[in-house]
Order: sequence, then structure tokens, then C-alpha cells
Amino acid sequence: MSLRIVVCVKYVPDATGDRHFAGDLTVDRDDVDGLLSELDEYAVEQALQIADAADDAEITVLTVGGEDAKDALRKALSMGADKAVHVEDDELHGSDVMATSLVLAKAVEKTGYDLVICGMASTDGTMGVLPAILAERLGVPQVTLLSEVKVEDGTVTGRRDGDSASEQLQASLPAVVSVTDQSGEARYPSFKGIMAAKKKPVQSLDLEDLEIDAAEVGLAGSWSAVDSATQRPARTAGTIVKDEGEGGKQLAEFLVSQKFI
Amino acid sequence: MAEVLVYVDHVDGAVRKPTLELLTLARRLGDPVALALGAGAQATAPVLAEHGAVKVLTSDAPEYADYLVVPKVDALQAAHELVSPVAVLVPSSAEGKEIAARLAVRIGSGIITDATDLEAGTDGPIATQAAFAASFTTKSRITKGVPVITVKPNSAPVEAAPAAGTVQPLTVSFSAQATGTKVVSRTARESTGRPELTEAAIVVSGGRGVNGAENFHLIEALADSLGAAVGASRAAVDAGWYPHSNQVGQTGKSVSPQLYIANGISGAIQHRAGMQTSKTIIAVNKDAEAPIFDLVDYGIVGDLFNVVPQLTNEINTRKG
Ligand SMILES: Cc1cc2nc3c(=O)[nH]c(=O)nc-3n(C[C@H](O)[C@H](O)[C@H](O)COP(=O)(O)OP(=O)(O)OC[C@H]3O[C@@H](n4cnc5c(N)ncnc54)[C@H](O)[C@@H]3O)c2cc1C
Ligand SMILES: Nc1ncnc2c1ncn2[C@@H]1O[C@H](COP(=O)(O)O)[C@@H](O)[C@H]1O
Repeated sequence: MSLRIVVCVKYVPDATGDRHFAGDLTVDRDDVDGLLSELDEYAVEQALQIADAADDAEITVLTVGGEDAKDALRKALSMGADKAVHVEDDELHGSDVMATSLVLAKAVEKTGYDLVICGMASTDGTMGVLPAILAERLGVPQVTLLSEVKVEDGTVTGRRDGDSASEQLQASLPAVVSVTDQSGEARYPSFKGIMAAKKKPVQSLDLEDLEIDAAEVGLAGSWSAVDSATQRPARTAGTIVKDEGEGGKQLAEFLVSQKFI
Repeated sequence: MAEVLVYVDHVDGAVRKPTLELLTLARRLGDPVALALGAGAQATAPVLAEHGAVKVLTSDAPEYADYLVVPKVDALQAAHELVSPVAVLVPSSAEGKEIAARLAVRIGSGIITDATDLEAGTDGPIATQAAFAASFTTKSRITKGVPVITVKPNSAPVEAAPAAGTVQPLTVSFSAQATGTKVVSRTARESTGRPELTEAAIVVSGGRGVNGAENFHLIEALADSLGAAVGASRAAVDAGWYPHSNQVGQTGKSVSPQLYIANGISGAIQHRAGMQTSKTIIAVNKDAEAPIFDLVDYGIVGDLFNVVPQLTNEINTRKG
């Protein structure tokens, strides 16, 4: 039996660009260049390694996003994933994590899966809760925030480095996994991989295909609302001095003046 | 008065500071009812009472330690059913966020994560959050169900507000999913004796400029002279110079101390994401063009190997 892996990847505005909100207070995804979230590259990488270690595996990359999000799928395919699913629907604009997770859960079920792999967080929303929500919605174990992951004989094991302890986790498949940026550097697509990706199948699905009522998603259907977004005022220019041998002492003076010592 | 459910983060009965901050915020919304789980749950009651908890629900069972997240969600859901709160507040740790998120799905509510402030509003609590590496501040609300909100450390002062804090054991029946993910083993992190990074009033960090694990003692010595926590950039962590648990930034800890001192750190957007809400920022960097200088209140353009030991010395001398 083939191991069916679904990797959830998000197309996000480049963090080094001038990220901001659109007029409706959703993330502006048009003005800033987008890319496959760097943190989801780690998920693709672990999927590839798990597939390599399995006798037989198939990797589907899945995204919920606008037309441009195809770029993220293409990148993941060029890294070595086998096929892609793109959920796209005008009604999805402005969906929050509850709405997005609903769509992802339906799409994962429709695709068929033994293992879902997510990144630790999206680099735009940075909530880091979607994998747990997905596990809750799918009714399967959550094995999240792993810095090391292995799949063997229908069991997933991994290491989760928490605040106060490092834990070794174990669960039976099917399961939802998320991996951190400590899990191992993601590979670069090879030229061969980029060429091969052009021929790999990308399936498009909309809300009707997933039997989701438009009222449950999008800006109006979301479970939370943003009322205002204001740019943090630039920090007032500080004092910058060149060290002429007394820099440490000058810093100490500053700390005294600010009552830190 | 309406009740607000507060999830307690504690280690064997010792309540962590972010939970006490949460009680301060909870009191703006109603009467706090606390939920403490696992070994030592009962021992949390006196300190919670002192900070405003009218009631402390407790439950201890091996499941809380032996399985990941879900048993705690089951307990929070049981508490939610018992209390019918106007809001559920959870500390924003990695685990806290996951517990809160799964509860939100179950009770049909929206979720807000990583709030940095909370106030009462006519349509329920209004949460302040930082967005895009803290370059924006947003105000948000939950529009469906009972608001479930996770709050970052250092978002509110700890305030004494004595209340009854009556202990009440909570009956929890675990769901079929509770035993899905087994914690096979757990290795506790060794304590360094320094303050917790996310809770510290002062953080002293080192980056690639520290140039080797063997030099991090310079950063540690400065931190110790100030009673500070030690942080590191991802470059320093990836090089193996300092543990990942000390990483500051988007994929590490996000800190908001009174004072942040960045040494040999350029100030990449992912690092800024974790420290730019610090009250006072100091940087030592030999490159005058380093972006970190855009953030500083005071910056020294110089070699950290000269500046940092001199500063440490000066502080220690002044302390006498
Ligand atoms: C998805 C993603 C997530 C990330 N998450 C994080 C994160 O959580 N935290 C994080 O920190 N980074 C993160 N990064 C990495 C980030 O982009 C930077 O690469 C990193 O912060 C650089 O670390 P640095 O400033 O120590 O190193 P550099 O950028 O190499 O800067 C070193 C600085 O030290 C100075 N220096 C060198 N020698 C000396 C000396 N003797 N005295 C004084 N100054 C000296 C140099 O002038 C330079 O400015 C992330 C990146 C990505 C893509
Ligand atoms: N729109 C999306 N499409 C596909 N996967 C997503 C989407 N949003 C979030 N994810 C996945 O969920 C993880 C955590 O996201 P978040 O909880 O939004 O920070 C990401 O790393 C992705 O793996």
C-alpha cells in the first residue's frame, strides 16, 4: 500500500518586502511579491525524506489561495512532490484560520491521506495553530512542532522541543504532523526538478467541489474580525556613537541614566 | 458578574508569571475562574487567589503528562461547560496556543492568538496584536462564539487583587482522541539559573558576530551582571553556538523586555519580529550600516570583543 502524504503549503507575501494590509484590513497579497512560505519548505523536505524511506509513497502538495498561489505549488513540485491540489474560489478572500482549516480539512479528505505535514507557522499570519485545528477537524492524532520526524510501520515518531522539556512523541497513522525549521534544511529544486514540475498534475478545486457553503468562509463568514491596523511609528532615532575605546563605559552611563543600573 | 476562564500555566504547582498577567487582563472582562491541570494543580490556588481568581478548578490525571495536548483540551472544554464564561484566556506558549485552538473548534468559536493587550468592548473583548514582524498593530474581535484568546508574556502588569480562590475539583471525561499521541519520554531542560527568556525584564543577545560557542561566555557575563536572560540570533543557533531554546525571532521566542541588548546581530526582519517591541534597545555592532541601528535607543559602532567586556566590568564595578 502506498503511503499517501499531503503537504499543506501557503503562498505568502515576502517578509523582506513592504508587507501591509489592504483597504478591507486583509493581508495585501497583490502589492507585495509572494513566495512559498520558507517554513513550509521544511514540511516539503520532510515529506520527501519520509517518502524516500518508504517502499512506496505519493506526495500531494495542497494550498488554499488565489491564482498566484500556484507558484508555491510549482516550487514544491520542483523540489520533488508528485502532484498538487489548488483550492481557489473568490468567496475565500479574507478567510481566517477557522475558515481556512475547514477548507483544508475537506480538501485533505477528498485527496485521501495517511499523513498530513504542515509547516510550524505561516510567515504572514504566524499563528502556528492550523495543524492542531486540522487534527481536531480530521479526528486524527496531532504530532506537532517536531524538530525530528520518522515514519515506520504505520507509526509516526518525532521529537518536540518545548519550553521546559524535549519530548519524544509517537502516534499511529493517519496523523497530522508539523515540522519546525530545526528539522533540516530544505533542498533547492534541481534543473531537472524544475523541468519535471511543469508536467506534474495540478488539480483545481472550488467550494462547490468541496461541498462547502460560501457563508462559512471568506471575510464575512470568518470567526474573527480585524477592526483596525495601524503602522507602528518608526522608533525615534537613537544615539549612535563610534567606539573610540570608551564605548563600554559610555553604554554603562546610558544604562545608569535610564536607571537600569 | 460574568466569569472569565483562565488556563493556568504552572510547573508542579509553581504558577508561571504570564498566567498572573493573564489574571490582570481577565479582571477587565469579568471574574477570573482559573483552571489548573496535572501534578501540583491544587498548590496553585493560593497565588491565583491572591491575583484575583474567584475559583480554581483543578484536575489531575496521568493523561495530562502521558499524552500530547488533547487531554488538556478535554479538561478546558469541561471547564467551559461548567462555567459558561464570557471569554477563555490562555497563555501564548506553543502548547497553550494549540490547546486554545482545538477548544475553539469544539465550541464553535473564533480564536485570536498572541494578543499583547485586551480591553472590554461592547461586542466582547478587543485584542491588540502585532503584525508583520511587529511593524503594524491591529485591534481584533471574535465574531462567533465565546472569544478564545491567547496572550503573550509581558502583556500586562502582575497585580495583587485578593479573591476567594475556592478550590473545586473538576470532573473530566477524556475523549477518544485523548490518547492519540503518546509522550514516550520527556527530558527536562537543565535550568541555567537565569531568568526565563520570555519573562525577563532584560535580555542580552549574541549573534554571528560572537564568532564561536567559546565566546558566548562574554554575552553570559554581561547578562549576569544585569540579572538578564541570554538570547541568540538564528545564525548563532544554527552554527551550534547556543541552544535553540534561546533563539529570539520569528521561529524562536518573541520577547518584549524593558531592555534588549543585541551584540553582533545585524537585525534581519525575522530577528526583529521577535524583539522590536522591547522598550529600550541597545546594539553593539561593528558595521555602522547594520539595520539593527534603525531600532536602537543607543548604539555603539564597535567591536563587541572590546565593548562588551568593558561594559560588563563597568557594571560590576558600579554595583560594587
Ligand atoms: C523563515 C525564517 C525564519 C527565521 N527566523 C529567525 C529567528 O527566529 N531569529 C533570528 O535571529 N533569525 C531568523 N532568521 C534568520 C535571519 O534572516 C538572519 O539570517 C539572522 O537573524 C542573522 O543572524 P545574525 O544577525 O546573528 O547574523 P548576520 O546577519 O550575519 O549578522 C552578524 C552581525 O554581526 C556583526 N559583527 C561581526 N563581528 C562583530 C564584532 N566582532 N563586533 C561587533 N559586531 C560584529 C556584523 O557586522 C553583522 O551585522 C529566519 C530566517 C527565515 C528565512
Ligand atoms: N492557505 C493555506 N494553504 C495551505 N496550507 C496552509 C494555509 N494556511 C496555513 N497552512 C498550513 O498551516 C501551517 C500553519 O499555519 P498558521 O497556523 O496559519 O500559522 C502552515 O505552515 C501551512 O503548512
